[in-house]
Amino acid sequence: MPTLRIPAPLRSYTNGQSEVTVNGQTVEQAMQDLLKKHPALQPHLYNSNGGLRPFVNLFLGENNIKDLQGLETPLKEDDRLLLIPSIAGGSEA
Amino acid sequence: MLPELSRQEILRYSRHLLIPEVGLDGQRKLKASSVLVIGTGGLGSPVALYLAAAGIGRIGLVDYDVVDFSNLQRQVIHGTSGIGELKVESARRRMLDLNPDIQVDVYNEPFTSANAMQIAESYDLIIDGTDNFPTRYLTNDLCVLSGKPNVYGSIYRFDGQVSVFDARRGPCYRCLFPEPPPPGLVPSCAEGGVLGVLPGTIGTLQATEAIKVLLGIGEPLIGRLLLYNALDMSFEFVKLRKNPNCKVCGPNPEVTQLIDYEAFCGVPGHDHDSGSVGGGWDITAAELAERLRRGNHVKLLDVREPHELQISRIEGATLIPLGQLASRLSELDSAEEMVVFCKAGTRSARALELLLSAGFRKVKNLQGGINAWAMEVDPSQPIY
Ligand SMILES: [Zn+2]
Repeated sequence: MPTLRIPAPLRSYTNGQSEVTVNGQTVEQAMQDLLKKHPALQPHLYNSNGGLRPFVNLFLGENNIKDLQGLETPLKEDDRLLLIPSIAGGSEA
Repeated sequence: MLPELSRQEILRYSRHLLIPEVGLDGQRKLKASSVLVIGTGGLGSPVALYLAAAGIGRIGLVDYDVVDFSNLQRQVIHGTSGIGELKVESARRRMLDLNPDIQVDVYNEPFTSANAMQIAESYDLIIDGTDNFPTRYLTNDLCVLSGKPNVYGSIYRFDGQVSVFDARRGPCYRCLFPEPPPPGLVPSCAEGGVLGVLPGTIGTLQATEAIKVLLGIGEPLIGRLLLYNALDMSFEFVKLRKNPNCKVCGPNPEVTQLIDYEAFCGVPGHDHDSGSVGGGWDITAAELAERLRRGNHVKLLDVREPHELQISRIEGATLIPLGQLASRLSELDSAEEMVVFCKAGTRSARALELLLSAGFRKVKNLQGGINAWAMEVDPSQPIY
């Protein structure tokens, strides 16, 4: 099954898991499976109208899914999705 | 005309002069270069130290903070003797001790839309070592609008990101992140913590990229984002493309001058979190202590993480980490008076919003968190 890497700031919503295996033939299906397994992620990834939030980037291998076929991008068994969030840290005092 | 190197400089930089990619001309290029470092904290520390050591002729530092005891776990440019000193002054002292042949200009002020263009104008390259979204978007837009490379770094716990955003040759930060996350969705290092070495790793990579860009050597991280994880010891790269709809570097930009970034991000960029929510929903540590002393029944809800209980606690409090609160609301009674707290009031403010939207009304946020409680009510508890 494809795997999806969860970034550190979102791991509190996946019981600390950094990699989640997801079922699906497309990125969309994989994301739905992710949300089924970890529903607390929903508001962090999706808008109220069901679209991916603009500060959430999904990469398949080294390519942004926006540069592929978006949520329709097909997935293979050994594919790895990366969820890349905005992180602000640097010099907090 | 590049500046000449003195005999002393030739000796100081001899290990650079031996590398063909740098050499004497490269070192003279570095001497003629100027770099502005935004923030002299975790990332800014190694960046400023290595750029000073490398002989960048003029380095600017922007920060308005003073050195605090809790900074020293990672902000290695400062020392214990500098606590209470302006960060820019503490950093300048250390840099000039390391290399008196360079010039260090300091700007002890918040970096804002009002002063950013003027401060950055005379620098060749900008290093983003900030800790908040408003300053990050400001730095990005400034670099796009003025045509300067922006060496980006960002950290959280064990994770780091590095890239070089140069809109003339590739994507910008907004191409990747068109909008900031809503306030509160992404925890800051002050709330979430950070491994002290992490900014060292990421800042050192930023300094490396800056020197490469200034010298015009190698393959800088333009159009690539480096993702580092210290626990896995993994370095991964993803490709970044210019977003044709980018609001600042796209062909039809909406942003043609610096905007109000605090409004854009919905958070203050420069005031430390006050740890309050306002609107009458706050309670001070002293007020809470008084209520408890009078024997009023108040449920105390601690929304920190379990490992933080080892640091400090308020007797009788129930722990539900913020990340679990939404799914555990059924454990709470909305008829009960409740005070929510965390470390300093940021997470509890979010918890309060969540409770209010779920119909709770008898709830208050402990202003300043358990740290305020430790300071004002229970000095046996440490502040962290
Ligand atoms: Zn852009």
